Amino acid sequence: MADVSHVSRGPLEGLIVCPVCDATYQLQRPKNGERAVCGRCHKVLIAPRRKAGVQIIAVAVAVVVLIIAASVFPFLSISAAGRSNAVSILDAALTFTEGPMLVLALLTAGFIIFVPLLRMLLTMYVLIPVVLDRPPARHAIRAFRLSEAMRPWSMAEIFALGCAVALVKVADLATVSFGPAFWMFGVLVVLVIVQDGFLCKWSVWNSLEHPKRQ
Amino acid sequence: MELSGTSEKTVTARAAGLVACTRCTRAWPIETQVCGRCGAKLVSRDENSLQRVWALWIVGLMCYVPANVYPMLRTQQLFQVDESTIIGGAVDLAHYGAFGIATIILVASVVIPLGKFWAIAFLAVSVRSGRGFASHHRLLMYEVVEYIGRWSMIDIFVVAILSALVQLQGLASITPGPAAFFFALSVIFTMLSAQAFDPRMIWDAQADDDEAL
Repeated sequence: MADVSHVSRGPLEGLIVCPVCDATYQLQRPKNGERAVCGRCHKVLIAPRRKAGVQIIAVAVAVVVLIIAASVFPFLSISAAGRSNAVSILDAALTFTEGPMLVLALLTAGFIIFVPLLRMLLTMYVLIPVVLDRPPARHAIRAFRLSEAMRPWSMAEIFALGCAVALVKVADLATVSFGPAFWMFGVLVVLVIVQDGFLCKWSVWNSLEHPKRQ
Repeated sequence: MELSGTSEKTVTARAAGLVACTRCTRAWPIETQVCGRCGAKLVSRDENSLQRVWALWIVGLMCYVPANVYPMLRTQQLFQVDESTIIGGAVDLAHYGAFGIATIILVASVVIPLGKFWAIAFLAVSVRSGRGFASHHRLLMYEVVEYIGRWSMIDIFVVAILSALVQLQGLASITPGPAAFFFALSVIFTMLSAQAFDPRMIWDAQADDDEAL
């Protein structure tokens, strides 16, 4: 049996437990830019950044605008022998429309448009009051939980690589040209990845629990 | 900065009579049911986790079979209709000389899904028997599976883009085949299966080994 005396002393609030390997530590908050890492499995537990909240909100606003614009404007167009066809991302997602394929259409549209969009909106809803030093928004905890649960299902970056593969596949069949939405989507993917790096989950949970002294 | 600078033995929350919230890392007394900070359900060790892992794993595998048997794409060029399965499509691409793309398709649709089935099964078996690699390797495997599993969806997105884009009346058109549906289901179920796995069991197996020595 391991010696637990150094852990069981003091309030439970002063502890942090690694979600991957269950190792328990006395909480020492790292300085901005530093990271607290689990000594056993090397999972990053806390990674605060200065002004992370404002940056995340700014990126989220940009991503929301880009998602809406990128799903409406033409994305790719092809032409061969005088015939041409232009599609938006929404068209691509909703291409499966026969019978059970409709389920697939809804899933695809969800993975590449609605889940990323909803995650950004929820993030803004949770973080804006926190950044303004206000008490958390109503149901902020539920909102952040939902946003975290949707994280693996947000597949915008995978769709971007899918585009590259599809382009090569049709390149010798027809001439392909990029619409404005293509470039917007490219920027969007970069922003989503950058934002994931900024967000420290522990800091968000902590500030939702103690809104005043964050 | 490492939280445990010293080499003293790590104390698990369970050994300290605590239960941890795996979502927000807060500690609670072991009899607590729901996390007071984020509202997650608290379980010290998810005993039924392996059952859920296996159930979802089997459904995923069952969907993977028709995904490879049925055609994924139906290509119509002038009067010629061509149906290709996942592997057939990749082989065709390689014939045309597009080896890079053929490799991406093969890796995303065959190597990753099969590797994932194998990895989840290996993890689920090895936490039970406690043998196999060291925990660090098993954890690495778990993280790779969690991270890379989503990328199998790429094939579905390629099919979606192609079928929406290539609609040149009379000249050429591409429509999705039934395999797309099964393949998407297979990816979703294996993702759920990996999420159901409780990684803390990997470390428990290791700790048991250490005590036995």
